[in-house]
Amino acid sequence: MGFAVGIVCILVGLIVSWPAVAVGAAITLIFGFLWVRDVTHGYRTVPEPPPADAAAPAEPAPAIPAHKGPAAMPEPEPGEVASYPRSKFLEGATLGLGAVIGGIVTVPAVGFAVVPAFLDQGDDDIDLGPISNFAEGQWLIAHFELDPADGGVSRRTAYIRYNGLLENQPSFTIVSNRCAHLGCPVQPGGLVQTDKTKDAKTSGGQDIQLIPILGLSSFTCPCHGGSYDDEGNRTAGPPVRALDRYSYSIRNGRLFLGGAFSVGRVEGKGANARISKYNLAGPGQHVDGPEQWFYPMQPPH
Amino acid sequence: MPRKKSARMQQLETAMMYPVDWIEERSGLIGGVRYFLFRKVPGDTNWFHTLGSATLTAFLVQLITGVILAMYYKPSPDEAYESIRHITDDVTLGWLVRGMHRWGASCFIILMFFHMARVFLFGAYKYPRELNWIIGVLLLALGMFEGFTGYLLPWDQTSYWATVVGININGTAPFLGPFISSLLRGGSEIGPDTLARFYSIHMLILPGAIIGLIGLHLYLVIRLGVSSPPWSRDAAGADRPEPEVTARPGLTRPGPRGGIAR
Repeated sequence: MGFAVGIVCILVGLIVSWPAVAVGAAITLIFGFLWVRDVTHGYRTVPEPPPADAAAPAEPAPAIPAHKGPAAMPEPEPGEVASYPRSKFLEGATLGLGAVIGGIVTVPAVGFAVVPAFLDQGDDDIDLGPISNFAEGQWLIAHFELDPADGGVSRRTAYIRYNGLLENQPSFTIVSNRCAHLGCPVQPGGLVQTDKTKDAKTSGGQDIQLIPILGLSSFTCPCHGGSYDDEGNRTAGPPVRALDRYSYSIRNGRLFLGGAFSVGRVEGKGANARISKYNLAGPGQHVDGPEQWFYPMQPPH
Repeated sequence: MPRKKSARMQQLETAMMYPVDWIEERSGLIGGVRYFLFRKVPGDTNWFHTLGSATLTAFLVQLITGVILAMYYKPSPDEAYESIRHITDDVTLGWLVRGMHRWGASCFIILMFFHMARVFLFGAYKYPRELNWIIGVLLLALGMFEGFTGYLLPWDQTSYWATVVGININGTAPFLGPFISSLLRGGSEIGPDTLARFYSIHMLILPGAIIGLIGLHLYLVIRLGVSSPPWSRDAAGADRPEPEVTARPGLTRPGPRGGIAR
């Protein structure tokens, strides 16, 4: 049991941190030793010698026909079989070797199936083109691919608004379209001007489309009716927090999309908004309030 | 009165039975199958007792149609939808096999619930059959998981977003939820691996587990026997003499369903 806990601790540690691996290795070693000691107990202790009268027959008897008289081998004494070391050893060896072989085959296979889901999850920053494409106060829909090598399945959407300069730095509001309830795509409450779509050919080789929205006032989710205002704050429906946002950077006059983060609540508007920022959490997971204690750890994003 | 068989007829019969006897002598399998098919069941079993066999039949239909669909289906994001369209529109009788698999899935789930309701209402989960109830609940969970993983495979808008929502519902489970959803997706985002992963779970892992558990389930059914319905006179001990009718039923003597006086 403790051995299994140790193995689990190692596997979890591989994902979470190296100290956990060390703790797991220690638990595994200790319980592995105890286990081996327990299993081998039967044949490490010296078996009690059989009673003397059973070992030595009193006197040689005259020959008798095979089908008469006692059997050639005397019936084993009750205690003799139970402590017979070799059968015990063979039983333990069969089970033990079987377990070792099973483990050698199973552990890499399970690791192969499980571990890649938790390693190397980061994606490169995405070039969204020159910031001159973004007019002040104008909401734009940006469709892009998280990883162009994966193709259309990695297509994601963000809503972007240029807020003008804040302390001589361009300020953007970049809201993820992933609903904070269960991850459906939220739709913009405004006039989507598809005919005014701008194409931005970017350094990553992506063809990114920027579609302007006229008079955006809200975001609404088609699945279960979650509603948000234009800063992403929840206004109605089942979502547990505000819409996620993307971090961004500006390099050589171009807007780069960084990693996403979760938002508890946004106070204020535009460039002066005060955002309560949290590590990216999955949809439906609380980041603030007492319920946040249900989600103490997040896998790598 | 049976007519005596001619020598030639007997000879023919021996020749025909020879392979069956050959197998029986070496494996005992024929006797085993005969024991399974002709074992004794209570005389008052009824049609409700066939729901388990119906569920098994629905599962076998899923198994066979699923194996055939796997010959044409391609589990990659660029090809999955097109291969489903190809199965439905182009492949001979593909529409039928896909339809059987698609609607049979619902039949399988519904029949599992009917079977479960029968077992519950008949009290057939009671000693000594509790373990079989537990195995049945595991089968129900695995069956539902089959439904969840199979739903993504057509790779259209409905299946994609239903899977997004389903994975995120798992993600809201306390403490381990975020890790469960990453495990299901095969990463932090739904990607090409997710579809292949769901396909592998749907057609290899879960059917294997379900077949194994069905084997256990049937073994316990045969070992413990079929239970009588709750109103069974045989099971209640029909040998007891009927009490004499002396007064109104239900007042001083038990009525048909027990009554107050015992």
